[in-house]
Formats: sequence, C-alpha cells, structure tokens
Amino acid sequence: MATSTYPARNPQLPLAGFYRRIRVWDQVAYLVTLASAILILAVVGLIVFELWISSQPTMQTFGWSFLTHSRWDPNGEKFGALPFIYGTCVTASLALLIAVPFGVMASVFLAELAPPRLSNILTFLIELLAAVPSVIYGLIGIFVLIPMIRSYLVPSLTSVFGFLPLFQGDFYGVSLLSAGLVLSIMVVPFIISVSREVLLAVPVDQREAALALGTTKWETTWQIVIPNAKVGIIGSVFLALARALGETMAVTMVIGNTPKISASLLAPGYSIAAVIANEFAEASGDLYISSLIFLGLVLFGLTIVINALARILVLTTARRSA
Amino acid sequence: MLMAISQRRKFVNALMLSLSGLCTLIVISVLFFILGYLLFHGARSLNLQFLTSLPKPSGETGGGMANAIVGSFKVLLVATSIGVPLGFLAGVYLAEYSGKTFAFLFRYVVDLLNGVPSIVIGIIAYAVVVRPMKHYSALAGGVALGIMMIPIAVRTTEEFLRSVPNSLREGSLALGATKAKTIFAVVVPAAISGLISGLMLNLARVAGETAPLLFTALGNMFWSRGWMQPIATLPVMIYNYAISPEEDLHQQAWAAGFVLLALVLAVNVTAKMIIMRGPAASRR
Amino acid sequence: MIKTSDRYITKTALFSFVVFTFSFAQTAVAQVSLTGAGATFPAPIYQKWFNVYQSVGKAQINYQPNGSGGGIKAVTEGTVDFGASDMPLTDEQLKQYKSKHGFEVLMLPTVLGAAVPVYNVPGISQELNFTPEALSGIYLGKVTTWNDPAIAKANPGVKLPGSKIVVTHRSDGSGTTFCWTDYLSKVSPEWSSKVGKNTSVDWPVGLGAKGNDGVAGLIKQQPGSIGYVELIYAVKNKLPYGKVKNKSGDFVKADLASVTAAASGVKSIPADYRISITDSAAKGAYPIATFTWLLVPSKFSDPAKGKAMAGFLKWAITEGQNSVEALSYSKLPPAMVAKEQSTIASIH
Repeated sequence: MATSTYPARNPQLPLAGFYRRIRVWDQVAYLVTLASAILILAVVGLIVFELWISSQPTMQTFGWSFLTHSRWDPNGEKFGALPFIYGTCVTASLALLIAVPFGVMASVFLAELAPPRLSNILTFLIELLAAVPSVIYGLIGIFVLIPMIRSYLVPSLTSVFGFLPLFQGDFYGVSLLSAGLVLSIMVVPFIISVSREVLLAVPVDQREAALALGTTKWETTWQIVIPNAKVGIIGSVFLALARALGETMAVTMVIGNTPKISASLLAPGYSIAAVIANEFAEASGDLYISSLIFLGLVLFGLTIVINALARILVLTTARRSA
Repeated sequence: MLMAISQRRKFVNALMLSLSGLCTLIVISVLFFILGYLLFHGARSLNLQFLTSLPKPSGETGGGMANAIVGSFKVLLVATSIGVPLGFLAGVYLAEYSGKTFAFLFRYVVDLLNGVPSIVIGIIAYAVVVRPMKHYSALAGGVALGIMMIPIAVRTTEEFLRSVPNSLREGSLALGATKAKTIFAVVVPAAISGLISGLMLNLARVAGETAPLLFTALGNMFWSRGWMQPIATLPVMIYNYAISPEEDLHQQAWAAGFVLLALVLAVNVTAKMIIMRGPAASRR
Repeated sequence: MIKTSDRYITKTALFSFVVFTFSFAQTAVAQVSLTGAGATFPAPIYQKWFNVYQSVGKAQINYQPNGSGGGIKAVTEGTVDFGASDMPLTDEQLKQYKSKHGFEVLMLPTVLGAAVPVYNVPGISQELNFTPEALSGIYLGKVTTWNDPAIAKANPGVKLPGSKIVVTHRSDGSGTTFCWTDYLSKVSPEWSSKVGKNTSVDWPVGLGAKGNDGVAGLIKQQPGSIGYVELIYAVKNKLPYGKVKNKSGDFVKADLASVTAAASGVKSIPADYRISITDSAAKGAYPIATFTWLLVPSKFSDPAKGKAMAGFLKWAITEGQNSVEALSYSKLPPAMVAKEQSTIASIH
C-alpha cells in the first residue's frame, strides 16, 4: 500500500536511532578501557607517591647516609640500611651463582639434546616448580634443607674451603648460605624456561652450518647457539634476579633475621623484605615506620634499575642486530 | 696429534652434554622431591578433621584449617574481582586502541608494578585500606592481591588478543560491526582459551602469596563473616604453624602445604591444557 | 570456541562457588565479634579463654599473637579492638593514644607469668642454676662457653661442656623481651647503661626468632643454645629450663608458687596497674616474673562491643582464672581482681 498511517521513514537511513546507540556504546567501550588503563597508571603512581612520602621522615633525618650505616636500633632510633642491603645482595648473588649454571645447562639439555616430547614434558614439570608457593619453599628449607646443609654441606665446605673468610665461623642452620640455596631453587625454573625458549628460537641453519664444519654438538651449542641466544638468557637472569630480591617468606624462614654484616656465608643475616615482614607490624614511631618504608623504596628502586637494565639490553641488542 | 685433539674434543663434548643432562636430572629430582615430601608428610596429616574443623588453641591437639581454606578462596575472590577486570580492560585498550608510544610507556609502568616486592604492596594496602578503615579485613587482603594480579592480567590479555589474526577483525568490521562489538564479540571469544588460562595462572600465583596478607588480612581463629573482618588464609597459617615448635602444628602445616600446592598445581595444569587445546580448537 | 556444555558447567560451578562463599558470609547467630592482637606470652591462655568464651555464647573474640609491640601499635592505630602486651605502655605511648583517640586506654592485668631461661646443652639433662651475673654475662656476650666459671660456680658437680653458647632472643617487639631486659637492667648496671629495657633492644649478641614459638623452636634445633621464653612454652615443648638466683639468694625454679610469691611483694596497686615484679625481694619469689596486660580502650564506638569486652574481662578475672594454672600461669592476686572490677565497670 502506498499510503500508510506511519510517518515516512527515510529509506536511506533505516534504524537511525539504533545505530546512534551502538556508536555511543562504541565510545563507552573505548572510554572504559582507557579509564582502566589510566586507573592502573594511577595505582602505580599512588604506590610510588605513598612510598616516597612515607619515607620522608627518615630521608630528612638521615639523608642518604641511611644506606651506608649498619646499626639498626629501633630503641635508640638509629637506623641504617646496610645490613639489609648486604643480606639481600649476598643471598641474591649466591642464588644466581648456583642457579645460572644449573639453569643454562639444563636448558641446553632440554633444547638441544632431549627429544621434543620429553623436553616438553620436563619443561612442563619445571614450570610447575615455579608455581610452588614461597611459604612452602620456606617449609622445605626449615625442615629438609637446613638439616641437610648442617649434616653434609657445611662440614665439607669448611674442610675444603675453611681457610676462606667466606666459610668461617659457627653455623646455626639459619644463615645467608641457607637463604641463598633456597632462593637458587626458587629461581632456577625461570632461567630454564626462558633460556630454553630462546635456545629453541635460534635458527636451525646456524647449528647445521657449524656441524657441517665439523664441530661437536657441544661446541656448536657453546660457541654458536648460546651466543646467539645470549640476550634472552641474560634477560632470564635479570628476571630471576628480580624474583630473588623481592622474595620474602622463604628467606625470612631461613636467613636468621640478624641485622649484622658478616663476611661468612655461614652467619645469619637479614634481607630487606624479611625485616619489613618481621618488624612492620609492630613498628611504632614515625622514624621507625618510615625507615622500614624507605627500605621498601630501596628494594623497589633496585628492581626498577634491574628492569631498566634488562630493557636497555634488549633494545641495544635488537638495534645492533637490526 | 690430530687424534689426541679430536679425542679431547669428543671427550669434552660427551662430558658437557652429560653434565647438562645431569643438571636437568637434578632440577627435576628437586621438583619431585618437594612434591613427594609434601605428599608424604602432608597426606599423612590430611584427614577430614583437618579439612572441616577450626584451629584449636595451642596445646590442644586436633583442630584444622577449614577457615583458612575458605578464607583463601574468599580473599582470592575479592582479588580477582579487582585485578582481573582492570587488567583485562587495560589489556584490551593496549591491544586494540592505543598508539605505540602510550603502549610502550604503559607496558613499562606495568612492568614496574610487577616488580614491586609483594611485601611493599602489603604495606601500601595497609596504609590505604586497613588504617583508614580501622580494621584488618578480607577486603584489604583482596586489594593487595588484586594489585598483584594486574600486571599479569594486562600482559596476558594483550598477548592473546594480539595473537588473534587480523582477518577476524577485518571480517567482522566488513560485516558492519562497530569496533567495540568486534573486540568483545569476535576477538575476545577467539582468544578466550588463552585469556582463561592466563587468569588461572595469575590466580595460582597469588594464591600462594603470604607477605601481602600479613598486614592486611591478619588472621582469624574462627570463621570470618562477610568481607570486613580479619580472615585466616592458608599461606599465613602455614607460615605461623611452621615456625612454631609444636609437632602437631608442624603436621598441620604440611597438610595445609599439601592442600595449597595441590590446588595451585591443579590450576596450573588445567590452565596449560586449556592453552594446548585452545589454538587447535579455534583452527577448526 | 568453548563448547556450550562446557560453558554451562563453568557457569554453574562459578555460581555455586559464589553461593558457597556467601553462605559463610552470613553465619547464623548475630554474635558480636572483636579482634585483638598482641603478646605471644599469654597467647595460650588467651586462645583458651576466647575459645571457651565463644561457646559460653557471648562473643567471638579473635586474637592474633604477633608480639607485644604489634599489639601496642595495633590498638594505638585503632585497627584492632584491643591489644595485649607484657610491657605496660610508657607515658609517651599513653599520651600518643590519648591524643589520637581522645580518650584513654586501660591496661588491665590478666595473669601472671614467668620468663624462664631455656637451654639445649647436649649431655646435660639436669637443671642448671643461673646467677644474675651469669645471665647478664651471657647476654652481654662476655660469658661465651658453657663451662665458664660464672655458670660452673653455681652448678658444682655438673660436667659442663666447653662448647660455645648460642644466645637466642626475640626478633620481634616482645613483652617477654621487656620482662627479661627489665630484670637484666635491675641486676646488671652494665646492661642497664649499654642496652636498657624495652620490647626491642639492640642485642649485643645472639640469633633472633619470631615469637615465643620461634625462640622455642630455635632452642630445640640448635645444640648449645640458650634463650628466654614464657614458662608454658618451655613446659609444652619439653625444654629444660634453669633455676635463677633471686634477691634473697635462693635458686628458684619458675612455678605457680614462686610466681605468685613474686606478686605478693607488691604493696600497693597503682591506678594504671603498671607494676614491675622482676627481681622481687619476697621470699621464694621467682625473679623474672611479670603481669601481662590487656590494652582496652576506655570507650567503644560500638556499645555492643564495649559491653562484650567488659563482659569478657569480668569473666576473665573471675571464672577465667580457674583455667590459668593448668597452663602454668599464676592467678591474679585477689586485691588486684577487686580493684579491676571497678575499672572494668568504666568501660562503655
């Protein structure tokens, strides 16, 4: 029928209202996702801001000498961060010293030698190791690792290397050594999984060319494949380092919680994360609290620096190879 | 002479390769040792009483961690509802809308957030939630863990959305769908298996976090009601029991460790299997 | 794509899980709940009390032992309803509380306990005697081996090994530490000037452990170690603990009688209940005994909470006292109970 009671619709713009509404939702979606991103930026900003502001009392009282003093006396209101920085760095370094060779060698096996199915299964299992909660590592550390270290490792270490100040002094179970060992177990999966991936990513023709020239498999791996994958491997080391620095529970259960610097690995120590975990709940008094928060800021700063180094490394190598 | 060199090289080859195998063996055996030890000690102390009763005062035997198990779930629920939507939406923005410079800066900031030590996040949550509210709560614990979930949520969302081929997007746009509809009705469902597995891995990671809960959720001897009360959680209970000298509590710590690890590993395995199934399914 | 059946399964699972957790959110009876934090020293008796009190049906009181220091801080910040500490608040802390909240915090003694010297010396199963000089020497780092004359003199006939003494102490803010250092400050001028007394001090030597539990655990695992814990922790964990020479010159072992004797020397009870009973001159008194206090706000914003707290306190200093001796704590002196009743009545 030509005539109708309904107003004539513009045939070229059917459902105009509907489309307008959809475009509105389109805008809304854009704004909502943008808002989420901004909110996250705000959260990070808030964190940095809070940390900075709350550290002010300590910063103003001690200045940067806070980082070089080694006396931690909440009673006398003398705070020095050095024992904790020392403990954090020593345990993290020890962890890497052990984990990197093990991790890289294991990743070599998984990437170069193992048949693909076995490699996948083993990698799967190793990544499960990364998922074990830290407090469970602490449990194992207290009840399994420390007795083992006490009965086997320390006697052999002291008999062979006892002349080094590194292994002198009495061993009480809880120590920098124990913490370093627990940390090494915790970070090895990260090194293995990332290194294995970058090793696998090295093109096959590189290997084939080397083998064609008569190198052994190991020589190929060591002289061709690993150097090619160097960036990724170092990236995994940085990742492991960041994890080792921030680790709290496992460390506080085995490190001894003693704010003293000692040359010996057998002595108890303290790490930044551990002291915050132990003392924050009872810290009263502005200077005490802000000292602990300043320590947290220092730790955060350390991880920022490591992250930045890792990124710079990736960028420079990418640029070089481009 | 030549023979000696080539023999030496062969020897070094064999040595280093077997060393690499040995290292792998050691790492794998550590894993199995941890699992086995936990299984042995944990399963021994794991009984119905442990799973259903409340902690008993020290000195009295029996008692369990029922409230801690439920408590962990509650806190994780809060954490997921805070961290995952934020991370997901931001990841969508990153993958679909944002320009290059913003994306680069944003990714750096998110990396920073990832690098914040968990204990520091606990302090922040204490300052921002517990102190103003004047009580410890499951909410505060959830906020702390939620903040920790954000970086991984952002990263996995972006990664899996980017992995969806552009042809899907183009096809949808060609059919007249708007950008938003394309993203949420086409791209996201295509990446869903990756997103879900990313969520599960994220969840499994924060499920074991203890440090942020120390100053936020505190702990509870009883059932915690609602979200505004201190609440018992598995990792914190494990920690408290592990450092106590009572043998009975040690056994409970092992049992709790077993439960926690079993849950975390189960979630991890499921997540990985979803990933393995996902791309194959979408190829159909 | 996910199969439809999978979707439904996930949806139902998620839904039922949410319902499950929410069902715990609203547990039956509308009980008043209180949260407290603080000392590990009285934790065993507090946990027992709160457990019993809940089934007496009146209030759910959740107590988290994180050290006296933690208790003081938490109650001052207002993040818990009450605190617990074996160190009474200093004038400054009291002032801080008042300026923050506008009203005062009450310190109410609940039980008497003792800090005992626990040790783990392989080969020694008998009780050792410790003089004040020995204890202060050990903790100052001057007495370093077990067969040092300072210890040997008080233990004739005991074959002490020449091994090193592993000193242990608390790593967290502890009222037990306060009690211990309070005693050491009284008996050793050197300790008093060098280290002092507080919940947390700059220890000259030793390993730190968290909580009374942590110290007990450390002693158990570490041969040659010495530490201080509340009496019940030594008893519970079957750790040997020594006798200490008191002011009258007798070597006294910590037990119900000797701790009660230490409190008997108190002549008058101050209004704020801050009393130190270490190094008591009373006969047969154990020299390292102390009261432990609950730090209770004098005003509660929620009247139901105030009533519940007052109700519990009244119960604790009367009926509750019947269960303290089973856990090796001593009862409060009757004069103190009477005085506290009136203070408790002022809580609202």
